[in-house]
Amino acid sequence: YARAASFEVSPYKGFKLDELPSTTVEIEKDEMMSMLHDMLIIRRIETQAAAAYRTRMIRGFLHLYSGQEAICVGMRAAMDSNDSVCNAYRVHGWAYSLGCSPMSILAELYGRKDGASRGKGGSMHFYTPRLFGGNGIVGAQGPVGAGIAWAHRYRDEKNVCITLYGDGAANQGQIFEAYNIAKLWNIPCIFVCENNKYGMGTHDYRSSGNREYYTRGDYVPGIWVNGMDVLAVKEATAFAKDFAIENGPIVMEMETYRYHGHSMSDPDTTYRTRDDIKNMRTNHDPIISLRQRILDAGFASEEELKSMEKEARKIVEEAHKEAEASPEPELSEIATNVILDKPFTARGCDVLTSFSA
Amino acid sequence: AQVTVRDALNMALDEEITRDEKVVLLGEEVGAYHGAYKVSKGLFAKHGEKRVIDTPITEAGFAGIAVGAALNGMRPICEFMTFNFAMQAIDHLINSAAKTLYMSTGILQCPIVFRGPNGASAGVGAQHSQCFAAWYSHCPGLKVISPYSAEDCKGLLKAAIRDDNPVVFLENELMYGVSFDMSEEAMSDDFVLPIGKAKIEREGSDFTLVAHSRAVGTSLDAAEQLQKEGISCEVINLNTIRPLDTETIINSVKKTNRVITVEQGWPQSGVGAEICAVIMESEAFDYLDAPVLRVTGADIPTPYAASLEPHCFPVAENVIRSVKHSLNMK
Repeated sequence: YARAASFEVSPYKGFKLDELPSTTVEIEKDEMMSMLHDMLIIRRIETQAAAAYRTRMIRGFLHLYSGQEAICVGMRAAMDSNDSVCNAYRVHGWAYSLGCSPMSILAELYGRKDGASRGKGGSMHFYTPRLFGGNGIVGAQGPVGAGIAWAHRYRDEKNVCITLYGDGAANQGQIFEAYNIAKLWNIPCIFVCENNKYGMGTHDYRSSGNREYYTRGDYVPGIWVNGMDVLAVKEATAFAKDFAIENGPIVMEMETYRYHGHSMSDPDTTYRTRDDIKNMRTNHDPIISLRQRILDAGFASEEELKSMEKEARKIVEEAHKEAEASPEPELSEIATNVILDKPFTARGCDVLTSFSA
Repeated sequence: AQVTVRDALNMALDEEITRDEKVVLLGEEVGAYHGAYKVSKGLFAKHGEKRVIDTPITEAGFAGIAVGAALNGMRPICEFMTFNFAMQAIDHLINSAAKTLYMSTGILQCPIVFRGPNGASAGVGAQHSQCFAAWYSHCPGLKVISPYSAEDCKGLLKAAIRDDNPVVFLENELMYGVSFDMSEEAMSDDFVLPIGKAKIEREGSDFTLVAHSRAVGTSLDAAEQLQKEGISCEVINLNTIRPLDTETIINSVKKTNRVITVEQGWPQSGVGAEICAVIMESEAFDYLDAPVLRVTGADIPTPYAASLEPHCFPVAENVIRSVKHSLNMK
């Protein structure tokens, strides 16, 4: 088989940019195979999470990333290990991309001790040393992400913070406050609007006065990317990272689509049709298109890819079993990390109850 | 030496910015303008624009940016021109700063100080005159400091900046120009006071007055006048609202058997209400000779008119009247 190949990727659209990333992307076989592997794992994690939600193993809100995998996998491929990410609550794919194991993700969703936040964060709150959430308040991650990027600049590091929000959050006032300060202070923040077309159940033509999200920074340059094309995402992110370190903030719009409802409690049929979803799944799926490119390039055979898919399924099944076997957190965990001071005691629900850490 | 609260705060900022390069001060007008209330006077010229940073008038934006910087290794001091404006950013104080340590089980820390003037000012109407101590003290994950004297302000602001937790530091605009005697020790660069420790400003045997911020002065005035009538009051300056120094309050109740809380904030769900509950739920209740009474701000949005405004915030006479009421004196 070939070791590397070049591909024509989806064209970009620019806003106040003198140049755009290349649409010819050179890539090695190993990296492409690893991207496919990661996207398959994320898809399986989300499928497993949906199943577990239906059997009530998962509580509360559950926002799934299926359909959007090319964004976290493609962007991660252009990051280095000191770049940061600050995200909203559709975050499982990013948690995986930044180092949380499938077991720790599922265990967190199940509220278990071996979860990434020991069962205390839940679906919307994942963290690693470079993943700053998982934020549950729409738009709040905008300025926080800019602040994370500001700290990189303050220390003269050649790093960025990738700050993600959806097309719904794009209308929050504090996103514009963050653009403004990022521009003034030359902050290396990549603002990423993951445009999956719907803010909960409201199509963006009913919520957004300007649906070209990559142009909404006004004085902040922007770039539109086909978020279903993982190679375009990677190439554009590498371009945006260089741009941000050199010039300050940039807005990226990643046009994408989510296959599940906004959350699991979403009716999902009142604002779009099953045919809409089927059309996207069949004709625009990021995994199917990457798979086809791998076959076209002669990087792997159909059998090898089938076996990779089987392997991904097995990894997530085992992660599920391990997560399910993980105990629930001890009661003593309830008062740890409320505050850093030790000893710490919190009042419980009655005068006879208290919790210590 | 006689030092104003404003200068004491300025010393604390200056010393801590000098001490640790992770510390930065940001907020509206903190730099070239020297601070809207001149608390940061001279710091921009001395430390430069990398350390003392003017922001646009966009509280949600700069408070969120300060939180992000704290999560990523800096130690920002985020000044609100007044805490009234922090309402625009309160989500970042509560949801972004106070809870992240817990949600991340310690993967992330948020060493940040939110500071600025709080409480009633003079003649500025309802939207610019209110105390937020009770609001922030409600929330686990935050520390809340409401200091009184110049020494308290200096020692506690330095402690807040060095603390690894998010701290809300509530200054009082009407106190900025008030001078206090400051000890030689307090003038030194190493002077730090412990967070969470109340101070007994005046010892007494008949009554305990528990207060914070400007109301400590009101309580001391009342204690002075009551002493002339033979009533000895102990005055506790809380300094920290969360964590609350319940031990000092309870010990004082055991000694005096009578308590009045004094604050400028509204009564309902206020700091005084919390102290009442603490006493009720502890062994101190058995030592009470009379119900605890609260002296608070009136339960009214602050009016502008000079004839009305003084009726909204406690003076010594409110404390004296309450003490006498408790003692069944005329």
